[in-house]
Amino acid sequence: MSEKLKPAAAESGSRSNELLREIMSGTPVRIGLSALLGFVIGAIFMAAFNEDVVQTYGTFWSNPLLTFQLAGETILNGYGSLLRGSIFNPMAPDVVGMFRPLTETLRLAAPLIVAGLGVSLGFRVGLFNVGGTGQLVFGLLGVTWVSTRMEMPWGVHLLVALIAGVVFAAVWGGIVGLLKAKTGAHEVIVTIMLNYVALNLFTWFLREPNLLLEENGGGTPKSDPPALTAQMPLILGDSFKLHIGIIIALLAVVTYWWLMERSTIGYRFKLVGHNSHAAKAAGISVERTYIWAMAASAAFIGLAAVNQGLGESGGLTTSIHANIGFDAITVALLGGSKARGVLIAGLVFGAFKAGGPSMQIVGVSPEILGVVQALIVLFVAAPPLVRAIFKLPKKEIV
Amino acid sequence: MKLELRGITKRFGALIANDDINIKVESGEIRSLLGENGAGKSTLMNVLYGLYQADEGQILLDDVVQNFKGPGDAMAAGIGMVHQHFMLIPVFTVAENVVLGNEPTNKIGGLDLDTARVRVREISDRFGFNVDPDALVEDLPVGVQQRVEIIKALSRDAKILVLDEPTAVLTPQETDELMQIMRELAKAGTSIIFITHKLREVQAVADHITVIRLGKVVGEAKPTDSAETLASLMVGRDVDLKVDKKAQAEGAVVLSVESISVLDERDQRAVNNVSFEVRAGEVLAIAGVQGNGQTELAEALLGLRPTIKGSGDIKLQGVSLARHTVRKRLEEGIGYIPEDRKKDGLVSEFTISENFMLNGSFTPPFASGVNINFAKRDEISAQLIKDFDVRTQSAETPVGKLSGGNQQKVVVARELSRDVKLLIAAQPTRGVDVGSIEFIHERIMAERDSGRAIVLISTELDEVLALADRIAVMYRGKIVGIVDANATREQLGKMMAGITS
Repeated sequence: MSEKLKPAAAESGSRSNELLREIMSGTPVRIGLSALLGFVIGAIFMAAFNEDVVQTYGTFWSNPLLTFQLAGETILNGYGSLLRGSIFNPMAPDVVGMFRPLTETLRLAAPLIVAGLGVSLGFRVGLFNVGGTGQLVFGLLGVTWVSTRMEMPWGVHLLVALIAGVVFAAVWGGIVGLLKAKTGAHEVIVTIMLNYVALNLFTWFLREPNLLLEENGGGTPKSDPPALTAQMPLILGDSFKLHIGIIIALLAVVTYWWLMERSTIGYRFKLVGHNSHAAKAAGISVERTYIWAMAASAAFIGLAAVNQGLGESGGLTTSIHANIGFDAITVALLGGSKARGVLIAGLVFGAFKAGGPSMQIVGVSPEILGVVQALIVLFVAAPPLVRAIFKLPKKEIV
Repeated sequence: MKLELRGITKRFGALIANDDINIKVESGEIRSLLGENGAGKSTLMNVLYGLYQADEGQILLDDVVQNFKGPGDAMAAGIGMVHQHFMLIPVFTVAENVVLGNEPTNKIGGLDLDTARVRVREISDRFGFNVDPDALVEDLPVGVQQRVEIIKALSRDAKILVLDEPTAVLTPQETDELMQIMRELAKAGTSIIFITHKLREVQAVADHITVIRLGKVVGEAKPTDSAETLASLMVGRDVDLKVDKKAQAEGAVVLSVESISVLDERDQRAVNNVSFEVRAGEVLAIAGVQGNGQTELAEALLGLRPTIKGSGDIKLQGVSLARHTVRKRLEEGIGYIPEDRKKDGLVSEFTISENFMLNGSFTPPFASGVNINFAKRDEISAQLIKDFDVRTQSAETPVGKLSGGNQQKVVVARELSRDVKLLIAAQPTRGVDVGSIEFIHERIMAERDSGRAIVLISTELDEVLALADRIAVMYRGKIVGIVDANATREQLGKMMAGITS
């Protein structure tokens, strides 16, 4: 029998304890600690395998100080260059150069944020959408077709391309929901398979001259650059590559917040996600909810396709998906599937992408950031582990 | 064997589940542990059985301090436990189940089932259990399965037997038989700790009663004390167990069920050709032992489960519901209190306010277009919390953090605040404290008096007899008979066992 325990003496003397527990079970602190842990372990990797540090291992017992000194320098160098590459670079020759890192972070964060919102939406409904890549690529198919094969006036062209990307992606995601609802097929399997289908379809389209291959193109699958009328306008002038993708992302964050926190649609999404039995008894069609939720999840990811397809002035190749579909899962996990969390997580990982190259310049392999990124998410996803390491109190037994 | 629990305290974080509990049980005594759900009875027994370690206090057997690291130690020391949910393997025989984990072996290490059989037969004969060692457990009725659990404990020389809510799954007749067995065991010197919240059983069988409330022993009582006295001790205030049932003029037919049949998960006919009518201002109780098709019937009425094609029809005020979805039925005026509130009635992670709008998210007052009308929602929820006496600090508390009784009040409040014509209440007071039972019964009767039709599905005979105007008894998917409310307990008990006279 599951006996409920009542707080017999919860009032007396345990308020501070209660507070502590509240804070610790709240995600911001836990995520902060997870991030700290990720960076610390990343630092250890960085230092332990740095070329200069490795050379001092032979003399470690006679001169340990040298090893530690070099290790410290490596870490400072590595993370320092990450900051310079992603936020502000005081060493740049001009003002534009100083602020460029921040604009790059914003530019690279935009698709991560919107795709992260999409995956988050799935999580809230109890769906694990690992099909971000497929939905993004299928969305790109629509975006590229509109932006390279159609002619429209400025403004309209961008809008139509945007709608095409969102609708194409939503349809691709909706198929998953439909299969799950009608046949019970598990969305993880279906989305993985549809990733392959979409990727190969896109490559094939890029190869065919009468489909999407660039004019006078050769053997490599590559599209024309998007028409000038369809490209995302730059925000800060020609000195920066930052375009309106970040504004679209911010609008998407607000939309997501409204949808999940303020609307009855999001309420029913969450209801199905938490307890599909109770949803059924409340008269909600769980099947239909799965279909719409998958489509909505993919629609947000479609915005990432728009960002990728129209944010560059060059032609597209298959690598344009840039693994955003998978990175979005880590963004969603780190962001706790909440609007604000996803925004912050997207910005952090955008900073990683922006700062990677400058780490490489100082001789630290940027792959270390991939390790840090994965570790942070691992720690977020394994709260008991974090609690154990930091000796946080256990969750209340309910 | 003599058992003494001395100053047992068990904490879970800030919660004190057991607070300095002292109990002495003499050899051959039947000691009843009476308390509401959540009072800490099961925690205490889990401490005794070695599943939990006490933070303070000692367990003494025959005045020797024990130190149980796990159930193995407790069993070896002579403590046996029969859990509410049986720990039996359905496809094994009785003998195999009894020796599982403690198998007798022959010279070459093979399983010695003959010895096992002899052991089962010997215990069975000694106490008049009447259990065949070679029967498959899955073929046995629930009451006999319980005896197998008891044999299992006794075969390991249990001198102290803990029975955790043993009657929850039994018919009245089986309950009587169990009590007889308990008396026999006690006569032979076994001490029995009998955990329950049913007053009638305590009065019938216990030698001494210990009442636990909020983790503390609040008093000892004698079985001769009145039910009201025991209930008051349990709840901590005066309790009125009688329900006021006013005479009612016969209303129009609201629900008519015409020979429907329903399949369960395993595609077996769980409801077989069932017909009945419920009128406005009437409580029709559907009594029966758990698992005789009541769950499936309730789900079919709401449309969660289809009726078999070609079987009959369900009509609400003369309109067939055959093609109506759950949502449509809810909107047409069916209220539904599911038997498993955690699974079907609530979302534990949602706040109380959010749970109030569970089946109201499509229409005003909770929705305004596609937006949630938060102002209205909070207003309604404050009102319902007040009207239905939901004990909570805030409407924003997740429902999962409330006690069982308060959770149930949230469900009841939601369903009764809607304008329903028909209320289906399945086990409305299961796992609910006495105070809340009283309250929920009153509310259901108020609904009846205001002219709503009510289908009450309950396995608790006391509840059925207290609330019903008419009683239908279900057995193996069929309605054995429909009798009026002055039927006797014995008569209903026979019907629940499938006997029609």
